[in-house]
Amino acid sequence: MNTLVRSAVRCLRAGTVCRTGSINGQVLYGSARLLCAAAGQTDFADMVKKDKVVVFMKGTPSQPMCGFSNAVVQILRMHGVDEYAAYNVLEDQELRQGVKAFSNWPTIPQVFFNGEFVGGCDILLQMHQNGDLVEELKKLGIRSALLDAEKDKN
Amino acid sequence: MEITVDHIRNKLTTEIGAVHVEVEDTSPNRCAASFKVLVVSPQFEGKPLLQRHRMVNTCLAEELKEIHAFEQKTLTPEQWEKQRAS
Repeated sequence: MNTLVRSAVRCLRAGTVCRTGSINGQVLYGSARLLCAAAGQTDFADMVKKDKVVVFMKGTPSQPMCGFSNAVVQILRMHGVDEYAAYNVLEDQELRQGVKAFSNWPTIPQVFFNGEFVGGCDILLQMHQNGDLVEELKKLGIRSALLDAEKDKN
Repeated sequence: MEITVDHIRNKLTTEIGAVHVEVEDTSPNRCAASFKVLVVSPQFEGKPLLQRHRMVNTCLAEELKEIHAFEQKTLTPEQWEKQRAS
């Protein structure tokens, strides 16, 4: 990883918003849960393992730029999953094409749990509807907010 | 290659033994070629979601290079019947 990415990761860990510098005149910002991948070597295997939940999407969790990416963000939010790594493929064409080649999956968004490819929006939605998502989150050590919602109802 | 609803339907039927295929061209809703498909095939039996979707992706690999957005629902004939009944 080059120094730019390393410093952005430092900000990521610290949970602060920071200006990580510029590369080729393009200013890059790192924030608590966002990382604009620097041009150059992208280690996808490393990226998807660094965090329990990793999403490659169009736009950001606070501003999705696509209906399918938005659906993924909303589903995760419903389950109380707010801490995850979100990579905006619209910021970087190499990232956009690279992740498709890495996971051998043609579309964005792409969701990874513990470094393993889960699927796109369709799959996440079906997992949410049939209860599998709650189980998968449990395996990650994440308690779904919906379980608590159920408890409150009773 | 012109990607039409019929083209996609035929490919899915021929290559993954789909017994029922519904293809919706959702391009008018977006700025580029987009499709929504429902595929019912006995070959999905016993396969987890991701594997089923990968089967469809492999079948339509060439088309997907040009398709911008793609939604898919994959069911076994049994699941399809259950869904229709409800």
